[in-house]
Order: sequence, then structure tokens, then C-alpha cells
Amino acid sequence: MYKYDEIDQQLVDERVAQYRDQTRRFLTGELSEEEFRPLRLQNGLYIQRHAPMLRIAVPYGMLSSKQLHKLADIAERYDRSYGHFSTRQNMQLNWPKLEQIPDILAELATVEMHAIQTSGNCIRNITTDQFAGIAPDEVVDPRAMAEVIRQWSTFHPEFALLPRKFKIAVSGTKQDRAVVQMHDIGMEFYLDGANKVAIKVWVGGGLGRTPILGSVINEHLEWQHALTYCEAIVRVYNLHGRRDNSYKARIKILVKALGIDEFRKQVDAEWSHLKDTPNTITEEELARVAQHFAVMPYDNLPVNNASFEAEVANNAAFAAWVKRCVHAHKQSGYRAVTLSLKPHGKAPGDASSEQMHVVADLAAQYSFGELRVSHEQNLILADVQLGNLFAVWQQARAHGLATPNIGLLTDIICCPGGDFCSLANAKSIPIAEAIQMQFDNLDYLHDIGELELNISGCMNACGHHHVGHIGILGVDKDGSEWYQVSIGGKQGNDASLSSVIGPSFAAEEMPGVVQRLIDVYIDQRTPEELFIDTVRRLGVAPFKAHVYAAKETEASHV
Amino acid sequence: MSNLIYQNAIATDDWTLVELPKIEKVVRMQAGKVVQFHLTGESTISATQITDTVIPPNGLVLLPMSVYIARKASLENRVAKQEVGIWLATHERLETLIEVEADLNRFPLITVFVERFSDGRIFSLGNLLRTRYGYNNTLRAFGDVLRDQLYFLKRSGFDSYLIRADRNAQEALSSLNDFTRPYQGAVDEKLPVWRRVSRK
Repeated sequence: MYKYDEIDQQLVDERVAQYRDQTRRFLTGELSEEEFRPLRLQNGLYIQRHAPMLRIAVPYGMLSSKQLHKLADIAERYDRSYGHFSTRQNMQLNWPKLEQIPDILAELATVEMHAIQTSGNCIRNITTDQFAGIAPDEVVDPRAMAEVIRQWSTFHPEFALLPRKFKIAVSGTKQDRAVVQMHDIGMEFYLDGANKVAIKVWVGGGLGRTPILGSVINEHLEWQHALTYCEAIVRVYNLHGRRDNSYKARIKILVKALGIDEFRKQVDAEWSHLKDTPNTITEEELARVAQHFAVMPYDNLPVNNASFEAEVANNAAFAAWVKRCVHAHKQSGYRAVTLSLKPHGKAPGDASSEQMHVVADLAAQYSFGELRVSHEQNLILADVQLGNLFAVWQQARAHGLATPNIGLLTDIICCPGGDFCSLANAKSIPIAEAIQMQFDNLDYLHDIGELELNISGCMNACGHHHVGHIGILGVDKDGSEWYQVSIGGKQGNDASLSSVIGPSFAAEEMPGVVQRLIDVYIDQRTPEELFIDTVRRLGVAPFKAHVYAAKETEASHV
Repeated sequence: MSNLIYQNAIATDDWTLVELPKIEKVVRMQAGKVVQFHLTGESTISATQITDTVIPPNGLVLLPMSVYIARKASLENRVAKQEVGIWLATHERLETLIEVEADLNRFPLITVFVERFSDGRIFSLGNLLRTRYGYNNTLRAFGDVLRDQLYFLKRSGFDSYLIRADRNAQEALSSLNDFTRPYQGAVDEKLPVWRRVSRK
């Protein structure tokens, strides 16, 4: 993974000093609450319901063992010994003290980490596929370009105060796992007819209050121009995006208002001035960054491993875990492993300091000292030998990290919700926990098969509810918490936004509602058909009918 | 003490800021709520305001862009004497000035008014003035200008900053150098780090 040189290190050190001074000025009253707000947000600090929340950047989801140990230590010393991994592949602390943030940042800087631009109206953390570099279907490893974009966007002077937040995702696979179509800019790297790396660029995607999938603005951009082309897009947005209404301020609203053709015309006009300016990426610079993502020193291993196969045959629990949590790998004899942060009945994405230490040790012992955070809020060991999977499983299981539910209904994507977030209309974690307990029977869970259930506590959609096969949105009705249910959303190449099934439900109804959706699916599915396919084939109507019929029956019994 | 920074030091301000005469703000009702319309690029300056603007007869005058454009002919003498500077607000279109003024360097001073700290359009305007429209003289920011914008303003081509009246400009000076070695090329340092130094 990328290692800092003295230039990178100086920058984060100077950031710590700058933020320490900004905090001092706030605490002495020199900066008003309103003036401090954009400054603290650009350093990932929110003022939450109970305490501040600090969002720590995990660039494109990559962490070293040393960094994860440090995160565990920080959570222990400055917080309540746990952290929350977010859908932007970052880590959040829910209980730090405002006056201690500069010290936390100084600690982070010692392991080449920071909280720069993890919030605020600026270019945020670049995200990508958690299997970048190792996925068998990968065409281009997007991580070097993600790092080049990260550096370019860090304190970019022209784009320091945009109309609204700005998110960029990159991917280099045929099967998109980075949801590039729901980002302000999405980039898919591919090899063109001349076998050169090119980029397909989407713009104006996003969830939130107005969910829109991105539009293709450029089918073929040569990789050297990635930064200047982004500058053209973001400049048009910076100058013309709405600033009078924060709900209408994302680039998607501008793209929608102008239409993609007019927007493209304006971007091209801007780019005609920016193309080939010094921010054009050189072969040398890409090669310098790419060497940090060189192929790991793999052992030459056969495709099969007898002891692994024997363990799978003899141990049903291990076999179930392998089926759900172990993933294909480019390299013969290696696998990627997802450590589930979704044990049933616990807040999705949370990890205790103890668990973080365990994962860091597992990574050091079995996976070249590196790991990744997925946008589904789990942790990934990317390079595990077949013969070590059983040992990894045993240790992971002993620490509650081996729930065999990856990709299944209980692998819920969930925002922190009303328990922590001051934006939320409703709690989301207790809903996730209740649904997980409803489907706690593993055989049943596996029979239901692959299903993505996403929960957001408000329309800001941090839990990506619009692209869940089942999406749940917390809404406020006259001061009480209700939940709106939608189905048919999907991420990936054939992404779609979900449709609301009808009036919203009370919290205690939610496990039953999901159960009834599943009942329709089980009843109606053809062999091999996933939940999402059944929804796409049948539409919302039969699901709606069954869910609300049950509701009416209950009502008539009261 | 002066609150003006020019090229890394406190400076005195010799310019007289000329403002448009105030008019009542247009407030519209929408869905029963009072909404103030300040859309990007929306013209809020009336013809009467422009003709009623009083320009001091002598000395260095900093004129609203709209007033200069409308009354350009009568100002030629003073422009020739280097007595006219231009100011514009972040929502105004720079292109309206470019259309009537081929050489921006006839103005010793151009200033951009930023109403709110969080309005980052000022950075793009500075960049365009310097890189696209070839403006080489003093470029100043004024309005809600606080020390934490200075580094970004400097990198976007500004070399003069009128710090908001209730803040200390002397203390603000140090923020011009918050970061030593930036990653990306911008207006002040054109080259990205990888073209400036050999990184291994």
C-alpha cells in the first residue's frame, strides 16, 4: 500500500498544527461556533447528539496492521474502546472530546493517517472496490490512480469550499463493486481498443434526498487527463452549483437542471483550457505511485489444498463460513476473506478495540500486514493462503468476527442513525438488530440467499437505502419515528433505485414486514432466482399486497 | 491599524470603495414561506442603482463592475491615469467584464467581494482572472475574509486580502504559509509536486 515520503508526512504534520491552532481559537472564543463549523467539518469533526464524532480517513479503504493497532489504541484511550466503520470505508469515533482532537490527529499522523476532508463541502475520501488488485475479474488496478486523485484533491485550493460535499469513486472491474454510478464523479478504468488504460466517466450520481444514478459524461478519457478533466467538472460545479439551498446544492441537481449534454458542453469548454496543463499525470508519477501497489510476494501454490478441503468436508460451520466469507483471488492458492462486522444483534460496522487488535494481528500473520474496509462495512484480509483459512476462521470466530452472513440478509448496511447522529429522523441500529434477530437461523438465512438490506436514519441516505434490494428509511412523523420500506434497488453495473411499497411502519413492525417480504419471495421464486430478480420480475405489487394485507388483518383483530 | 495584507505584509489602503446605493431587498413568497432569491448569476442590480452611484471625482476609486461596464465611456480618462479599480461579487459573471475590456491590466486593482466565508466561488474567479484572462496586477479579496481562507486564496492567485474588520490581520499573516509543499499545481505554484521534486 502507499507509504508516505517526507512530503506527505510534512503535509499531515502541518495539518495537525493548523487544526490545533483552529481548535485553540475556537476554545478561546476567537472563532464563533459558525466560523469554526466549516473548519472542524473539513477535519471530520461533527457535533453530534451526545458528543462530537470524528471521522478518520481510510483512503480507498486500505489499512496496514500498524494503522489498525493505532486506531484500536486511540479508540481505547480517547473513546469507549470501539470504532464504527462507515459506508465510505472510513472509521468513526463516536465519543471523542473536542479539545482532544488535535492530540488524536497527532497520533494518527505517526502512522500516516489523518482526518482531512472527511466531511464538509469539499472533495471527500476516494472510494473503490475492496477487492482492488486481487479480484479475478479486474482489468485495471485502480488504487494507484485513487492515490494520485487523493493527493490532487487534498487541499486543492480552488475546490476548498464547494457548494456541497463531493464524492469520487473509482473502479477497474467489469462487475462494478464501487457503486461508481452513485457518486458525484464515478470513474471506471478499462483497456481501450489500443490496449491503453482509459476511463469511462460518470457525473451527477448520488443518493440523499434526490436519488439519481450518474450520467456518462465521457466514454473514453485517457488516464493522463484524469485530474485536469476533474478540474473542469468541479470548476463548472463550483461556479454554477446552487448555494442558496443546501438540499439543491449537489452536482446532480446542476447536471439535471442543465441536462447532461449542456453540462458536458460546459465541461468541454472549460477543459479546452485545462487540458495538458501541469496537473496532467505523467507516466513517471503513475509508476512511482503504482510501485506501492505492486503484486504481493506470493508463494507459488497449487490450485487445491488437501487439508483445507478436508476441513470443509468435516466441519459444517467452517464450510458455511467459506461459502459466504471467502472470495476468489487472482493468485492460485490464495483467497480473500471478509471478517463480518455484522454479528446478529450488534450495531453493523462496529468493532471493539480488542477486535481491531485481533484483525490487525491476523493481517500481520496471514495477509502481508494489510487489510481493507469495504463500503458494506466489513473488514477484508485480501491475501490469505488456502491452508491458513481454517486458522483464520478459528481466531476470527473466537472474537465474533466470523458470522457467515456476507451478502445475506443480515449483512445489513446501516448508518449510525438517531442513536448518535443529530441529522437522523429515526434510529437505525435497533432496527438492524431486530431484523438480524428475526433471521438468526443460519440455515434459513442461507436458504433466502443473497440479499442486500440497507438502512438509513434519514434522507441523507448514509445507509444507501435507495440501492438496497430492501431499503429502509427512517422518517419523522409528528415527532415519532417511522420507517418507509422500498424494494428493488441494486448496486453494480445494472444499478437501480428502489420503489417505496406504501405507507411507513412503526419500529416494532419492521422485523415482521421484512419477514413478509421474504415470505412472498420464498413462495414465488423460481429455482436459482435471487430476491432482487423476483422483485424485478414481479414488480412491487405482490409484495405490497402481502405486507399490507397482514397489517389489515392484525388491525381487524385489535 | 490597517487590516489590509499585501504581499505578505500589512499595508495601507489607498483606494476608496464605491458601493451601489442600497435598495430594498427583493423578498418573494413561496409556498407560504419567505424565500430570498440569490441564485447563481442572478442580476440584482438595477439601472437606477448604476446611474445613482456616486463616484468621487478624485483619487483611486474601486468601482462596482456593473457601474464600470455601464459608464465606461465617461471613465476612460481616469482609467488612463490608473485611478480605476474594479470590484465584483462572487455571483457576478466575470465574462461580462471580459466582453467589454480586452486588457484587464488597465486596472491596477481588481477585488472580489465574498459575502460568506463558505463561498468558494472566489477561488475559481481568482484562478480564471490569473490564468485565462491574463490579469497581472493586484488581486484582492474582501468581505468575509478570515485567516483560514488565506492559504487557498493565495494559491488561487490573490496577493492582497482585506481581513474582516473585527479580526487581527497581523495574526492572520501566518496562515498564508499553513502548508509548505502543496501536492497539486495551482496559480501561485503552477507545477504539481511530482514535477517540482524527484519523489522516490
